[in-house]
Amino acid sequence: MTAPPRLDLQHVSKRYPGVLANDDVSLQVTAGSLHAVLGENGAGKSTLMKMIYGSVKPDQGVMHFNGNEVRIRDPRHARALGISMVFQHFSLFDSISVAENVWLGLDQRLTLAEVSQRIRDKAQAYGLPIDPEQPVHSLSTGEMQRVEIIRALLTEPQLLILDEPTSVLTPQAVDKLFVVLRQLASEGCSILYISHKLHEIRALCEVCTVMRGGRVTGVCDPRQESNASLSRMMLGAEPPPLPHRPVATGAVALQWQHHDGTQLQVRAGEIVGIAGVSGNGQKALLEALSGETPSAAHAMQVLGVPAGSMGPAARRALGLHYVPEERLGHGAVPNMSLMLNMLLTREQGVGRGGLLQPRVMAAQAQHVVRTMDVKTPSVHTTAGALSGGNLQKFLVGREMDAQPKVLVIAQPTWGVDVGAASRIRAELLRLREQGTAVLVISEELDELFELADRLHVIAGGRLSPAVPRQEASVEQIGQWMAGLWPEQTHAAV
Amino acid sequence: MLRFEARGQPSAGWAVGSPLLALLVTTLIGMALFAALGKDPWRGVELFFVEPIRDGYAWGELMVKATPLLLIALGLAVCFRSNVWNIGAEGQFVLGAIAGGGVALLGNAETGGWLNALVLLAGVMGGMTWAGVVAWLRDRFNANEILVSLMLVYVAIQLLYYLVFGPWKDPMGFNFPQTRNFEEGALVPLLFEGSRVHLGLPLALLAAAGAWLLLFRTKLGFAQQVGGLAPRAARYAGFSSRSALWLALLISGGCAGLAGALEVAGPVGQLTPYVPVGYGFAAIIVAFVGRLHPLGIVLSAILMSMFYIGGELAQSRLGLPKSITGVFQGLLLFSLLACDTLVAYRLRWVRRQTDAGGA
Repeated sequence: MTAPPRLDLQHVSKRYPGVLANDDVSLQVTAGSLHAVLGENGAGKSTLMKMIYGSVKPDQGVMHFNGNEVRIRDPRHARALGISMVFQHFSLFDSISVAENVWLGLDQRLTLAEVSQRIRDKAQAYGLPIDPEQPVHSLSTGEMQRVEIIRALLTEPQLLILDEPTSVLTPQAVDKLFVVLRQLASEGCSILYISHKLHEIRALCEVCTVMRGGRVTGVCDPRQESNASLSRMMLGAEPPPLPHRPVATGAVALQWQHHDGTQLQVRAGEIVGIAGVSGNGQKALLEALSGETPSAAHAMQVLGVPAGSMGPAARRALGLHYVPEERLGHGAVPNMSLMLNMLLTREQGVGRGGLLQPRVMAAQAQHVVRTMDVKTPSVHTTAGALSGGNLQKFLVGREMDAQPKVLVIAQPTWGVDVGAASRIRAELLRLREQGTAVLVISEELDELFELADRLHVIAGGRLSPAVPRQEASVEQIGQWMAGLWPEQTHAAV
Repeated sequence: MLRFEARGQPSAGWAVGSPLLALLVTTLIGMALFAALGKDPWRGVELFFVEPIRDGYAWGELMVKATPLLLIALGLAVCFRSNVWNIGAEGQFVLGAIAGGGVALLGNAETGGWLNALVLLAGVMGGMTWAGVVAWLRDRFNANEILVSLMLVYVAIQLLYYLVFGPWKDPMGFNFPQTRNFEEGALVPLLFEGSRVHLGLPLALLAAAGAWLLLFRTKLGFAQQVGGLAPRAARYAGFSSRSALWLALLISGGCAGLAGALEVAGPVGQLTPYVPVGYGFAAIIVAFVGRLHPLGIVLSAILMSMFYIGGELAQSRLGLPKSITGVFQGLLLFSLLACDTLVAYRLRWVRRQTDAGGA
């Protein structure tokens, strides 16, 4: 007799106002298997996982866990059954320590000291170093994920769900995570691995359920598939390859030097990439480059003008535009319309005496929406109502529309669906061809290798020397991401 | 069973509908309250909603009380939209009254009407100064503006008491704690014969138009609101959070101070310990019931003024305590907070799922 599957979902549907998020989805996960769920953003993966984890209730369908029909009331119930989840967006309280955060998520039968000890034990057993006493606000994104994983492991799960876990990791750290996951699977824990990264799924998983538009479009063994065939199942089509045409680079458009002697230069018509796991100093670098934290005037030059002491608006007037990593709350005000959000970085809608000109603003926003194919009912829709990919297209479009001399962009495709991501990358290449100096800070190495002419790595708050893309390898950059680069050259490139 | 379901977008209809529903709920609870006290509930409704608009004179009284509420609430709307929580408008109102009153006392029977302009200006400056203390403490020491502004209310009231019981007391006033009556030139001009409606009403309406223009048609107002809704986006855009703090507090302090000066140089005509009647606190409710929108605030100020007048009528005609006004204010605020759930959520009737299986 065969054991029942660990998890068996049959004909599950979930409708949200205006959208059928999951339509007749069935999914079987066997005990101890590494099971991938592949799909674009908006394909319904997250909704499906939330239903399994009990934070959302299905409208229709049944769920069996270890052969018993279950109706999960809430995440606490799910954890009691042995289902744990690591979310893409962390649910940690900034102001308290790691151990306190974990303790809050548990059912509080343990003392804080016991929880701290268990965290250390799990950290040891799975090679996930973390200090339980550290306050969460001082952690990097990668470390926060570690906390989430350890928190999940402390409940001794039989099914562990991970939602896009590798977006915050170096290639080596991804390999380490895979070791952890394989170890867990060999111990009998089933893994549900949500991702849109094809090569990771092919490297890790044994079964792959592909979703598109809320439905299951196929179940396959990813080890037998190619990137192209998986991509077809996921998108219905393959994204076109990006042409990286040679462009003659011009004068230095952006120059920045750190007081430790590190230098960063971007010339007109080139894309410089900065690789690195988030939390390694990207935030400080971006604040310095954007002017959100001004410094000494000579620390930075934009088109030869000392700009270090200028604020963001003054730098923008010089031609330096910036797209931050966080779209909602940083790049855009969630509760304001797209039209009003134009005003954050664009002055054209402001007339004499500081009076707003709604018609100009609407036309400008409309132009961005049209040129970037932003899917939105209108420019009066609030930014918060757009999907991640659409909002990112809007924000990139808003800055591109200003015809910047220098564009600084952080995590251009973080959490963005494949279609929108390839569109954004194509636009960045187009800017490069038009002679803009583009600086891309990204965690996705594939992306940097696809876009950049030269690469830096940021690690531990320090910036590595630049290396031309043709001379760089993933292994080398991965090593540099751990802070190990040859020290002799800080010289300008 | 009924269930709340999150909406994709906040409902624009309920943003307007919620205050109306809250008003209905308040009225129904109020009627139940009257019935429980052994009074005719319909008589209560009449006192609160019919009597205050019965004739021209009643309308005038309604406007006299709505004027300070409107002015203060407009300033607070700018403040709250900037995410600056000034709840001490009452204190800024009192300081405006003191400063305006001080200037008014400088005049004599021969002083011309220009003195009134100075009185009002002094009121604005007084309110701004009091709010400026809050801004400075927040800016310099990061002191919580909610606590500071609230505490300063009591300081302001003590200052008023000191003045009217002490140095500014009318020597001819039979030892009553009050200043002498202001001279003609210091008083706010009345608009109509036989009504107490004064220049303050058109000033307040002008302020409403100004607030609308500032909030929705200027870059400055936009920057204020971005700072309130998403501080990091404001930094990204390059808007200064410090100047937003100062501007918000100076505007709301100035409005409250003007209201204070209008009150003492208008209906009251002198400084007395009874100048602070809670307009500064009621205006917080006015601002929220009016959705922090100038037009909504015009309407909610009139409504709140009805509550004040209705409360007084209930006291004189039904023998109920005057605190009925406060009860109604509280009811309205609580109903509004409850009804606002409908802006972000919809109510849906869901058939109860049969609990089969389970773990």
